[in-house]
Amino acid sequence: MTQDYQLNHLDELEAESMFVLREVAAQFERPAILFSGGKDSIVVTHLAAKAFAPARIPMPLVHIDTGHNFPETLEFRDALADQLGVQLVVGSVQATIDAGRVREETGAQASRNRLQTTTLLDTIEEGKYDACIGGARRDEEKARAKERFFSHRDDFGQWDPKQQRPELWNLFNGNHMPGEHFRVFPLNNWTELDIWNYITREQIALPSLYFAHDRNCVVRNGVILAHSEHLPHREDETPETMRVRFRTLGDLTITGAIESDADTLEKITAEVAATRITERGGRVDDKRSETSMEDRKKEGYF
Amino acid sequence: MSTTNQNSLLRFTTAGSVDDGKSTLIGRLLFDSKSIFEDQLEAVESSSRKKGLENMDLSLLTDGLRAEREQGITIDVAYRYFATPRRKFIIADTPGHVQYTRNMVTGASTADLALILIDARHGLVEQTHRHSFIASLLGIKHLVVCVNKMDLVDFNEDAYHTITSAYRNFSVRLNIPDIKFIPMSALLGDNVVENSANMPWYEGGTLLSHLEEIHVGSDRNLQDCRFPIQYVIRPQTDEDRDFRGYAGRVASGVFKVGDKVVALPSGMQSRIKEIFIGSDPVDRAFPPQSVTMTLESDIDLSRGDMLVRENNQPRSLQEIDAQLCWMGEERLKPAVRYIVRHGTTEVKSTIREVLYKVDINTLHRNEDDKQIGMNDIARVRLRIASPLLTDDYRRNRTTGSFILIDPGTNLTVAAGFIN
Ligand SMILES: Nc1nc2c(ncn2[C@@H]2O[C@H](COP(=O)(O)OP(=O)(O)OP(=O)(O)O)[C@@H](O)[C@H]2O)c(=O)[nH]1
Ligand SMILES: [Mg+2]
Repeated sequence: MTQDYQLNHLDELEAESMFVLREVAAQFERPAILFSGGKDSIVVTHLAAKAFAPARIPMPLVHIDTGHNFPETLEFRDALADQLGVQLVVGSVQATIDAGRVREETGAQASRNRLQTTTLLDTIEEGKYDACIGGARRDEEKARAKERFFSHRDDFGQWDPKQQRPELWNLFNGNHMPGEHFRVFPLNNWTELDIWNYITREQIALPSLYFAHDRNCVVRNGVILAHSEHLPHREDETPETMRVRFRTLGDLTITGAIESDADTLEKITAEVAATRITERGGRVDDKRSETSMEDRKKEGYF
Repeated sequence: MSTTNQNSLLRFTTAGSVDDGKSTLIGRLLFDSKSIFEDQLEAVESSSRKKGLENMDLSLLTDGLRAEREQGITIDVAYRYFATPRRKFIIADTPGHVQYTRNMVTGASTADLALILIDARHGLVEQTHRHSFIASLLGIKHLVVCVNKMDLVDFNEDAYHTITSAYRNFSVRLNIPDIKFIPMSALLGDNVVENSANMPWYEGGTLLSHLEEIHVGSDRNLQDCRFPIQYVIRPQTDEDRDFRGYAGRVASGVFKVGDKVVALPSGMQSRIKEIFIGSDPVDRAFPPQSVTMTLESDIDLSRGDMLVRENNQPRSLQEIDAQLCWMGEERLKPAVRYIVRHGTTEVKSTIREVLYKVDINTLHRNEDDKQIGMNDIARVRLRIASPLLTDDYRRNRTTGSFILIDPGTNLTVAAGFIN
């Protein structure tokens, strides 16, 4: 591989992401990793461990807990923070609701997805974080395809996609006024398939939800959702046991599962390579309108 | 797998004037190469229907922002990823509108190849010139000039040749060794992925086959060893009490364990003791790897310093001669102390002198008008508060490039190319 000083594609992506992570540590005073418990933020955390080895990752993991997370996600999160010896900061959407900062959505479409933004921005302000590293990728969604590596947010946490700073070569300009912050996306150039190939190569541990398992599910508008106490119940739905796995992990009220038998990394990678639907195709939150991701991102969403 | 050899990744950008069909071409390329997922396709079909269009508007695949979809133009660069059995591609689809030139520069700065689109009805316009010149300034060595909308000129061969010869005349003054021309219709797909039945007079291949086959000589410089220190790793735990690692990305050259190195600017000498990628020791490092090095002796090094070889050192300059591509909405002001970000250093500067401005249509030097505003390209002399470790941009993109930041607004106002 390195005979002729050529890097393979995954090595090149890894080198770029490590560069971005180190640039954050060098340019900002209080950076943080936004950790969702999903595969992308797990890969970011793995890359950070590599970027700063043998030292510990010099920034906390910040998790915004909607209160509707899969228990597997939370267990995994705690174990990972423990193993890496990094600080874990949890912002609670429930606490934001209890404090009267936001009002819970009601009805059959209810979700805490959008409410997270307030909790996220409150948590950023409280922690005085000046750079928040996310696991978003440009290939996920058409508004995300427009992201810079260093993405500026004003002092209300808002993104202005029409006024993004130019970003030349690998020269990242993180200069900002007090109160403003940056979102940083080290995985910008990775595709879903790159992520799976890398997880397989590096043998990165993942929550069991990503692997095929039997689960009680309901099918709603063609989306397979995990049956749970948090999913607003509908009379006409009867949960049934299905063999499923998740392609992305978000709130359990909005994250669609797919029927699958893929229970190893190799099988998952093969399945991802053959699929004809994007991973966010199963996300109810993206289906609310044509520009729902852009609208949420402008407000300060992940 | 066997045909995807070392050239497996190609990064390319679109360029050209507003409405010349860049986004439509990228949509067509993705669509005809079957690189669009079903749900994306459904979304574009339903948006096209909502706009009252009969056919699918392929530009909606990259024009993802609300304002772009409403106005029917591209505002900011969109990145798309696709692969054929022969190659992987990263596409930057950039805006043609002059107001958003800075976003075109952003997308083009990491590209190996640029597609320059020209509307067959209009021929070369100012943005064609500007984008071509910017591509040349950035050191892009391969261009594909796509003469688009051939369907609107009856697929006429003469119309095509008029444009190709005009472009050839213009491009002799550019520094781009490889220029290829293809007549096409992005809207209908002629010569994009499929050969055109409408232009039997054209004997070259399609755009996709050209992109799959082109050999892009690597930009990487393996001769001049340059390792800018990005971050110093000091674990300060019991096991690693004395560990002092220098983290960074190799800008150029090959570093091996045991090599004698010089630290700049101090001039102190040492040898490389270890090189790591993460926790894994390796015996050498080359661009664009991100590694951590330790040295035999304890010398004081910090972010902004550089490890090099004794007999091959960058120039340490406090007066810099550079081309600037101005992107700020406010004009260049001689009194402002712009911040220079160069590699891993940030330092104040003043622009001592504007030598000339480039007339974008003729590429002639204009020495009379030295007011520099948005989208101007100029040659300047900068005075830097403390010396920078530089090479020519042509020789080394990392040590030869910089950006200027306005200290009042924190905005990136210019891209700089060191001569
Ligand atoms: N007839 C015809 N129309 C085309 C062709 N290519 C693009 N168009 C149309 O030209 C218009 C502009 O196309 P876009 O793809 O948005 O142009 P663009 O170069 O991306 O524009 P900006 O990104 O705003 O600079 C649209 O209405 C397209 O349908 C072509 O080959 N033939
Ligand atoms: Mg466009």
